[in-house]
Amino acid sequence: MDFFIQLSVAGLVIGSVYAMIALGFVLIYKSSSVINFAQGELLLIGAFLCLWLTVDMGIPFLMSFAITLVLALGLGFAIERLFLRPMIGEPILSVIMLTIGLSIMLRGISIIIWGTDTRTFPEVFSSEPVKIGSINIPEVYLWSLLLSMIFLVAFSLFFKKTRLGIAMRATADDQTAALSMGISVKRIFALSWAIAAIVASVGGILLGNINGINISLTQFGLKVFPVVILGGLDSIPGAIVAGLMIGLLESYSGGYLDPLIGSGIKEVMPFVILMIVLMIKPYGLFGQERIERV
Amino acid sequence: MNRLPSGVFNTSYQQDAQLFRTPVQRISLAAFLVALIAFPFVGNAYVVSLAIIVGIYVIGAVGLNILTGFAGQISIGHGAFVGVGAYVSAILVAEAGVPFLIAMPLAGLVTACVGLGFGLPSLRVKGLYLAIATLSAQVILNYIMNNWSSVTKGTSGLPVDSPEILGFVFNNDFSYYFLVLAVAILALLFARNLQRTRIGRAMTAIRDNDLAAELIGINLFRYKLTAFFISSFYAGIAGSLWAHYVTLITPEHFTIVESINYLAAIIIGGIGSVLGAVLGAVFMVLLPEVLRLLSDSLSGIFPNVGLFFSAMKDVIFGLIIILFLIYEPRGLNHRWQMIKAYWKLWPFSY
Repeated sequence: MDFFIQLSVAGLVIGSVYAMIALGFVLIYKSSSVINFAQGELLLIGAFLCLWLTVDMGIPFLMSFAITLVLALGLGFAIERLFLRPMIGEPILSVIMLTIGLSIMLRGISIIIWGTDTRTFPEVFSSEPVKIGSINIPEVYLWSLLLSMIFLVAFSLFFKKTRLGIAMRATADDQTAALSMGISVKRIFALSWAIAAIVASVGGILLGNINGINISLTQFGLKVFPVVILGGLDSIPGAIVAGLMIGLLESYSGGYLDPLIGSGIKEVMPFVILMIVLMIKPYGLFGQERIERV
Repeated sequence: MNRLPSGVFNTSYQQDAQLFRTPVQRISLAAFLVALIAFPFVGNAYVVSLAIIVGIYVIGAVGLNILTGFAGQISIGHGAFVGVGAYVSAILVAEAGVPFLIAMPLAGLVTACVGLGFGLPSLRVKGLYLAIATLSAQVILNYIMNNWSSVTKGTSGLPVDSPEILGFVFNNDFSYYFLVLAVAILALLFARNLQRTRIGRAMTAIRDNDLAAELIGINLFRYKLTAFFISSFYAGIAGSLWAHYVTLITPEHFTIVESINYLAAIIIGGIGSVLGAVLGAVFMVLLPEVLRLLSDSLSGIFPNVGLFFSAMKDVIFGLIIILFLIYEPRGLNHRWQMIKAYWKLWPFSY
């Protein structure tokens, strides 16, 4: 039983990070129907930026966290303006390929700047585990969970309540209609990239605090696909729920199946789920079924 | 599409259906073929081995172009399907003793069936779902190659025999070049002709507007599946040739990087044209080679920066893909047609 709870906690933590990355992904997909393959690299760069500010610049962690978010915002805007803006109206395959090219380039750049070694954050959270009942939970897990919940709630409120959030949802719903209501669709595209970069950075920083940072963090960018298919490609609540589910699933299959089948099964389990979901419920749990009219 | 030179008119269906219509076309094709055949007699071993890899990439890229270029469906698992072909062919020849000439198409068939298994669920839904399903095929297949070690020998690699056809063993670059050349020519001819058949036209209709295609009576599901089947078949053939050429296959050959290379090849070459796939494959094999030579010679001057240059290679590679997409979205093939048209119309280019 303790083992189960331990796995659940670990799963929820990873899952909440997945949820955040998926949130950024869904935002971009919803507003501009671009499938973003560079999400993992945004995560890596966010994590490295924060580490660089904290370790090499000696800025306190919370300060550098905030600065990283601002930088990520700029990065998102820059990427959209430089690379995605010229692609508006191009076939979807080209746009996908562009994000793949972007991911290769960003990965190369971060290797040039930060190398391939694993680097760790200085101890931001105490290494003394928190005891809840009979189980020990590392403090960083609790903080990660808390922080990602705060961000997820904040973004949910942003989409529900603020003018900008509503404009973003309107754009996602129908670009032409949004345009005719006076919403600048270009600005919304830029904003969705900025937000995607921000949430990816937060995810990256949390992961970095748990496991350290190296180039393999980018593989989290691919993990986002099972999450968004399970949750529905265009659903923000879906991304959050499915993120947690995939995190739990990965953790359980790592804990229970790995000894039986062999290592690495938890890496492919989400993709097996992806195939099953496509087979029985292709629009996911919360996705909107598309009805085409002529 | 097929712009005929001034003064050439098709007066019969037979003429209209000819792939190579004018004497100039035929002569230049024959000259090109002669050049291809003469190539290994002239070139050194390094160039010939590059040419073999180009040929294998051409087969794979043309296959992907049938799916992505003709039918408009995106696959991010082509590299893994090439891997399936490689493993199946290697195991058939080594374990079951099947002759290579049968094992190669068989590898293609098995790969096509594996492809169908992964493509089937996603084809029910329109849009980008095939891209995501093939991505998961990529991950799952690569996992199987890595972990089913009783069959694939996992990361330590599976040794493969050189192919043997009717007692002749293709165990050096020189002879293998001709094997790849023959298969590649067959593959190209098939693809070029497929484009003009009912199936090919149906695929193009689906790509351009699936709703309209459905309305005029094209069975979307069937033709998408056909496209996916043929594309995976090509991947299997390319994998078989690759396996018997490198003679040691490991799962690292067939990661998502490989899939992306194939996608990049057809985009850079020109989506939806056979010539484009060829140009793209040549480009994609030579580009890393040129970048590698460049970084080698530079790291000779500045030692200890090997990592920097290998990362720089990635940056340049990514940048080239991006620049192509923004400034040359129709690929090398389009540029080539423009150049041809320029000479054809010169000096009255309007």
